[in-house]
Amino acid sequence: MKNISRIFLSLIFALTLFQANAQQRFPKPEFETGYVQPSPTTPEPRSTALEYTDVLVLLAALSLASWLVIKKRSRRGILWLSIFSLLYFGFYREGCICSVGSLQNITLALFDPVYKVSITVLLFFLLPLVFALFFGRTFCAAACPLGAIQDLIIIKPVSLPVWVRKTLSFIPYVYLGFAILYAATGTDFIICRYDPFVGFFRMDAPYIMIVIGIALLILGLFFARPYCRVFCPYGVLLSWMSKFSKHHMSITPAECISCKLCENSCPFDAIEIPEDEKIRTPKTLRENLKRFSLFALLIPVWVFIGGYAISSSHVLLSRAHPDVYLSELLIAHPEMKNDTKNIDIKAFRESGKTFDQLVENAAVIRTKFRIGGWYLGGFLGLVIGIMVMNQFLFRKKEIYEPHKGDCFSCGRCMSYCPVEKLK
Amino acid sequence: MEKDKSIKRREFIHTGLRLALGFSLAGVAVAAGRKSTAEKWVWQIDPAKCTQCGRCATECVKSPSAVKCIHAYDLCGYCDLCGGYFKPGVKQLETGAENQLCPTAAIQRKYIEEPYFEYVINEDLCIGCAKCVKGCSSFGNGSLHLQIRHDRCDNCNECSIARSCPSDAIKRVPASQPYLIKGEFIKPLKG
Repeated sequence: MKNISRIFLSLIFALTLFQANAQQRFPKPEFETGYVQPSPTTPEPRSTALEYTDVLVLLAALSLASWLVIKKRSRRGILWLSIFSLLYFGFYREGCICSVGSLQNITLALFDPVYKVSITVLLFFLLPLVFALFFGRTFCAAACPLGAIQDLIIIKPVSLPVWVRKTLSFIPYVYLGFAILYAATGTDFIICRYDPFVGFFRMDAPYIMIVIGIALLILGLFFARPYCRVFCPYGVLLSWMSKFSKHHMSITPAECISCKLCENSCPFDAIEIPEDEKIRTPKTLRENLKRFSLFALLIPVWVFIGGYAISSSHVLLSRAHPDVYLSELLIAHPEMKNDTKNIDIKAFRESGKTFDQLVENAAVIRTKFRIGGWYLGGFLGLVIGIMVMNQFLFRKKEIYEPHKGDCFSCGRCMSYCPVEKLK
Repeated sequence: MEKDKSIKRREFIHTGLRLALGFSLAGVAVAAGRKSTAEKWVWQIDPAKCTQCGRCATECVKSPSAVKCIHAYDLCGYCDLCGGYFKPGVKQLETGAENQLCPTAAIQRKYIEEPYFEYVINEDLCIGCAKCVKGCSSFGNGSLHLQIRHDRCDNCNECSIARSCPSDAIKRVPASQPYLIKGEFIKPLKG
């Protein structure tokens, strides 16, 4: 029995050798001068140990930032730390891996059965969120290179009307939702693809992204941190955590005396101003409660409308996937199947897959988009519903406090507080 | 009294939501943690799948591209008439630029002994266009092939060449085995 298996094995071995030789059109040369062939060089990638160092640096930056904001209350310290983060995570590490983009890796790992994620990437995703849950968005204040590059160039921030800000604050939810949908279906990492600042860190980017990056920086001179406030999808998660954080920074170190001095100090309009007591008559309160309940009841309608709308546009959305795009192209133009100019079609022909396999695969992906569309649309509907409902939610505000969700914990407001000066 | 009550209620709700957020974060961490590896992942081209479309030269975020042609000398026939070096149908096997397939003259032809020539890639000149790879695989042993060079690659979170690769040839490999060099598939690795 042993012999048979040995013969069998050697047969297989001979067969593979034969096949290997069969690829070789020209035999291996036999040098008479004793020349020895060189072997190709293989420069090593950046070592895994250094990736763990990055995680440690992130941990140190987050700890230091939290300490600087909450205990030390030092805007200057935050400023220097953010410059360090910009240099280290931005220009030295060239923007990859960043916590913002890592959310796509985590999503893909959760949905794709074979995708593996490195622990360092997982930690990059988790650490800022954990810190936000305890200390607020200290990541945004001093550890995020994308935030730092915008924070350093704020010259003359203008304040926008509340309704504009509220409307714009919906965009990050859309971006987050689509980033998760596209990552979960294995289509694309849109956050990385449309990262406006990574081009500066690398001094190299597609032309259009450079234009967008410069435009955002110019806008950022007057509208502080435009990417963070209007686009950043990771900021959504951070604001959820920060909203219920245990020790969020406060403007004043002791008791607020409502002196109004900090009122305009925040370039991000994140300071909540105490409301005039006069508008809170019992009558308006009752009216508001009525509207609040009405809009609360309307939430399922929003969810359904959102889900239906996104799900029914799944054909359009799924076209971003190369397989779906190719199959639709070939169905619409069957004559292109023999096109020798189109690289994608040529590569598909050479891959040996049949047309039916391609169409089948495209159908599977489209189904994923249809189901994912329901979740995404439902989520966005829920967000709209809650946003509208919250318009009629009265929370008694008596002192000047940062909005815990929107506040980047940059610490600018602290130096405006006269109580701070007395200390 | 009334005020105390409402503050307490608010604190209670906040603590509850904080716990809920903490637990969902832990849930995500566990679920993703089960699919995590201690090792990092890098991008690499599978030469068996590569169809030499030429996009590696244009789609990389680096310019010039981090993809270079490498030479698996072990598979090379050391031919005088090299399909990867000369344009098809050249009259004389001379190293003049008009005879060379490589648009940047990144391949050096070196005489070893009769009738063998060695072809060495100058990576500073190579742009990863795969013209020589196509020539070598069509007319020769296929010893020239593309690889992502990790001293140049930024290891982007999503490789922009992988996104547009028509033949799905770019995949993630563990950083401890960062190259897929032809020949090493066939013969067992030394050591």
